[in-house]
Amino acid sequence: MTLPQSEAGLAPGTAAAPAPVRAGLVRRLLRNPVAVGCLAVLALIALASLFAPLLTDQDPAHSSLTETLAPAGGAHPLGGDGVGRDVLARLLYGGRTSLLGALLAVSVALVIGVPSGLLAGYYRKWFDAVSSWLANILMAVPAIVVLLVVMSAVGQNTYVAMAVFGVLMSPGVFRLIRASAISVREELYVDAARVSGLTDGRIVRRHILPVVQAPTIIQAAQMLGLAIVIQSGLEFLGLGSATQASWGSMLNDAFANIYTKPVLMLWPGGALALTVAAFGLLGNALRDALDASAVSGRRARRAVRNAARARKAERARKAEEAEQAEKSVTAVKAGKAGKAVDSAPAEGIGAGPSTVPVPVPVPVPEPVPESVPEPVPESVAESVTESVAGAESPGSPEDTKSSADADGARQPKAAVASAKDDDAPLLVLDGLRVSYPAEDGEKAVVDGVSLTVRKGEVLGLVGESGSGKSQTAFAVLGLLPPEALASADRLVFDGTELGRLNRSEMNRLRGRRIAYVPQEPMSNLDPSFRIGAQLVEPVRRHLRLPASQARTKTLGLLERVGIADPERVFASYPHQISGGMAQRVLIAGAVSCDPDLLIADEPTTALDVTVQAEVLDLMRSLQRERNMGMILVTHDFGVVADICDRVTVMQTGTVVESAPARELFAAPRHPYTRMLLASTLEDAEPRSALGHATARTAAGTMHTARQEGRA
Amino acid sequence: MIVFLARRIAAGLVLVVVIATTTFALMGLTGSDPARQIVGQTATQQQVAAKSHELGLDQPMAERYWHWLTDAVQGNLGTSWFSGESVTDSLTNRLPVTLSIVLAALLVSAVLSTVLGVAAAVRRGALDQLVQLLAVVGFAVPSFLVALVLAVVVGVDLGWLPATGYVPLATSASGWLKSITLPALSLAVGAVAATAQQVRGSMVDVLRADYVRTLRARGISERSLLFRHALRNAAPAALTVLALQFIGLVGGAVVVEKVFGLNGIGSQATGAGSQGDTPVVMGVVVVMVAIVVIVNIALDVAYGWLNPKVRVG
Repeated sequence: MTLPQSEAGLAPGTAAAPAPVRAGLVRRLLRNPVAVGCLAVLALIALASLFAPLLTDQDPAHSSLTETLAPAGGAHPLGGDGVGRDVLARLLYGGRTSLLGALLAVSVALVIGVPSGLLAGYYRKWFDAVSSWLANILMAVPAIVVLLVVMSAVGQNTYVAMAVFGVLMSPGVFRLIRASAISVREELYVDAARVSGLTDGRIVRRHILPVVQAPTIIQAAQMLGLAIVIQSGLEFLGLGSATQASWGSMLNDAFANIYTKPVLMLWPGGALALTVAAFGLLGNALRDALDASAVSGRRARRAVRNAARARKAERARKAEEAEQAEKSVTAVKAGKAGKAVDSAPAEGIGAGPSTVPVPVPVPVPEPVPESVPEPVPESVAESVTESVAGAESPGSPEDTKSSADADGARQPKAAVASAKDDDAPLLVLDGLRVSYPAEDGEKAVVDGVSLTVRKGEVLGLVGESGSGKSQTAFAVLGLLPPEALASADRLVFDGTELGRLNRSEMNRLRGRRIAYVPQEPMSNLDPSFRIGAQLVEPVRRHLRLPASQARTKTLGLLERVGIADPERVFASYPHQISGGMAQRVLIAGAVSCDPDLLIADEPTTALDVTVQAEVLDLMRSLQRERNMGMILVTHDFGVVADICDRVTVMQTGTVVESAPARELFAAPRHPYTRMLLASTLEDAEPRSALGHATARTAAGTMHTARQEGRA
Repeated sequence: MIVFLARRIAAGLVLVVVIATTTFALMGLTGSDPARQIVGQTATQQQVAAKSHELGLDQPMAERYWHWLTDAVQGNLGTSWFSGESVTDSLTNRLPVTLSIVLAALLVSAVLSTVLGVAAAVRRGALDQLVQLLAVVGFAVPSFLVALVLAVVVGVDLGWLPATGYVPLATSASGWLKSITLPALSLAVGAVAATAQQVRGSMVDVLRADYVRTLRARGISERSLLFRHALRNAAPAALTVLALQFIGLVGGAVVVEKVFGLNGIGSQATGAGSQGDTPVVMGVVVVMVAIVVIVNIALDVAYGWLNPKVRVG
C-alpha cells in the first residue's frame, strides 16, 4: 500500500541509468534550470580563467609597494592586495590553478579507482581483500594531515598535492565501482554471456561500465568541488606553490589584512563558494535527471533490466555498507572527503542522503498500490488480469462502477436482512475514496467503497492485488500515508464519526478498540526493540497497567497465541524469531487491549502453508472468544469460506458485490466474483462442505440466470 | 560485544602503526638535509655532520624507525629538531585545545543534525527545503571560509565572542566555552549538513516502514513513535555518516585553528610540516589518527548498542 515508498525504492535504483536513456538524460538536464545555471557558471569560470591574459593585462605575481591595498578602480578594477598585486589578475589566474588542480585530482582518483574497483569487484579473491583493506586505511586518515606530510616531504607544489589528494579520494570511486561490479557479476545475463564465450573484457565493457557510468559522473562532480575546497585550504595555510596565484593564497593574504581590508576576502571566497556549489548542485541535478529518466523509461524492457541490475547494485551497496559499519569505523573515509567521497556513491546509486523529493509521485504505469505484491495464486492472477486487462486504469470500467453503485444502494438492506442478531453496526463505511497525486492530476485507488461490519461478525474483503482492499483497511484505521487523499461520506465506528476525531483521539481508539494485524510479520516488528517491550508499551498506555502487570498480561497473551516459550520470545529481538512466530506475536499485540474490531490484512499470505492454517484457526478462535468484529482482507476464497460471515468483493477500487458468505458462494451475482471463485476452485481443494457446495453451484446456471435477470 | 570491541581496537592499532610507518618513510625520503636546514646555510660541514650525528640522522632509516617506535610505545615521541622541546610535552599541552574544538564540533553536529533531520523528515515542506539548501551550502562553503566570516562578523564586528585565543577549562569554564564556540561552530557546519541529510533520509525511510504503521495501529503516542522507535532505527545510519564526518572535523581543525589563532595540534602540524620537523610531524600524525580511531570506536560502540543485530547474534 505504501506505493510511494515502493517507488522511492525503485527510482533511485534505476539511477544507475542505462545508456539508451542517456539522450533523454541530457535533455532532462538541460530542462532543469538549476543544472543549466550550474553549467553556465562553471563554463564562465572556466572561460574566464582560460582567457585570463585577454581579460587583464596585469601580472598576477607582480607586486608593487605603491599598490599595496590599493582601492578598486583604474588599472586595478578590484584593487590591490596586501603586497600590491592586482586582485582581478590573481582571481582570474587563480581559477586556473583551482580548476586544473581539481581536474588532476579527480583524474587520478578515477584512474586508480575505476580499474581497481573493476578488478576487485569482478575477480574478487586476494586482490579484492588487499585493495579493500588499503581503501579502508586511506579513508580513515584526515586528508589534510596526509597532505601536510607529503608537502613537507616532497616540497610545496599544488599539483603534487592535488595528485596525492586524488589518491586519497580514489577509495570512494573504488568502492562505488566495486559494489556495482559485484552485483552485475552475479546477474544471470552475465553468466549467460560468460557461458556463451564472451571475454571478460567485453563483459566489463558491455555490461558493467554502462551501469557504473552515471554514478561515477555524479561522484566526479562532487569530487571536483571537494578537491577545490581542500586545495584552497592548503593554500590558505600557506602550503602550495608560492609563485602561483590561487584562490587559497588570496584568502591567506586577505586573512593577513582582515582588519584593514576585509573586502579582500569577498572575491576569492565568493569564487570558491560559487564554483564548489555549482559542482555540488550539478551533481544533485544529474542524479535527479537520472532518477527521472529512469522512471519515464521504465516501460522499456532494457530499462527494466537495468533497473533490476541497479537495484541489485543498490542492495549490494547496502550490504557492503552494513558490512563496513560492522567491520570497523577505522574502515572509513578520508576527511571532509568522507562527505563527498562516500556519500557521493551512496547518492549516486540513490540511497542515503538524498535531495530528491522522496514522495515520488505515483507512477502511471503502476496499477498495484500495495508495496508488497499480494501473492495471488498464479491461476487467479492470470485469469483476472486477462479479463480485467482493459479495465486497468481506474474509472474506465463504467459498467462495474455502476453495478457497484447499485450494490452500494442495496447494501444496507441486505445487511439488515441477514442480521442474525439485532446489534447496531459496529462499523459503517460509506463512499470511501482514496487517491494519490500522480503526474497528471490524481490517481484514484479506492472509488466509492461502502461496507458494514457488525459486532462479532467477520467480513471478508476480497479482491485481486490492486483492487484497493488494503487501502480501504488502512483508511478505516486512519493509517494511509500522508500523501494519500482520502474522503468518505460516512465512517462511523460504534456511533462515533471517525472523521471528526483529532489525532490523539484517533490514537486512543487505535490499538484499544480497533486493532490491526499486518500481512508481512517480519517487517512489522520494530527491529530495535525486544518483542516484550513492543507489546507492553501499548498495553501500559491503553489499559494504564503498571509495568509488572502489563508484563504478566503480555506473557499470558503470548501463551494464548500458541507460543511455547513466552519468556524467551518476550526477551527476544524480532530477528531472532521465525515468521510464523512473529505473526503470532503481532496477533497477540493486536488483541492485547481487547479491541472490538480487528482489521487483518492478509494475515496468512506471507506464511508457510502449514502455519497458515494454524494462524487462521487462532484468529477464528480469538474472534469467537472475544466476540470481535473483524475485517479480513484476503484474496483467498478458501479463507473466506473458512471464517467469514459476509463477503465484500472489490475490483479496481470499487465494490462489485457484497453478500453473506453462504449466499455469495451459492450464487455469485457479479461476473468478476464468479471468475474469482472459479479460478480459486480450479487449483484448490475446497476446504469445507460449504466449499463443496460452491464448487457444485459455481458450475451451475442458476446464478447466471439471476445475473441476467438483474441486468 | 567484547570480541567486537577487541577487534575494533586491534584494527585501530594496526591503522596507527601503518600510518606512522608510511609517514616516517615519506619524511625520510625528502631530498633536503634536515641537519643543514637546522644549523643554517652558513654553518660549516663539521657543524652539519655534528648536528646530523646528534639527531641520529647518520644511522640507517630502519634503525631510526625502530628507535622511534620503541620510544613511542613508551610514550616518548622524541624532541623537536628545531626547538628542542619534547614532542610528548608539547602535544600534551596542545591536545586540550584541539580536543575541545573537535569534540564540541562533534557534539554540535550530532545534536543539530538530529534536530534538523527529524524536523525536516516529519514536517517536510518549507523546513525540509531549508535543510536541503543547508546541505548544499554546507558542502559548498569550506569550514575555514565559515571560520573567517564568523571571526570577522561575530568576533570582530559584533564582538560577541572572542575571535582569537583559547581559555583553558581549568581557568574559566565560561571563558573556555566562549573561546571554543566559534571554532567548533565553523568546523561543524559541513558535518551538520551531511549528517542532517542522512538523519532526514533515514527518518523518512523509517517513518514509511511497515512496523511504524503497525506501531501507529497500536495507538502508541506520537512522541514515543518518533523519538523512541523511529529515531532509534534511523540513528545507526546517521552514526555511520557522523563517524566519517569526524575524520573531516579533525582535518578541518588544522585550518580552523589558524583562523582563530589557537595553539592546537593542527597549528603545530602546519608549522612542523612546512619546516620538515620529522619528530613533531610524526607525533602530530600519530595523535590525530589516534583521536580519529578512538572516537570512531566510541561511535562504533554506540552503533552496536543501537543495533541489536550487531549486539546479539
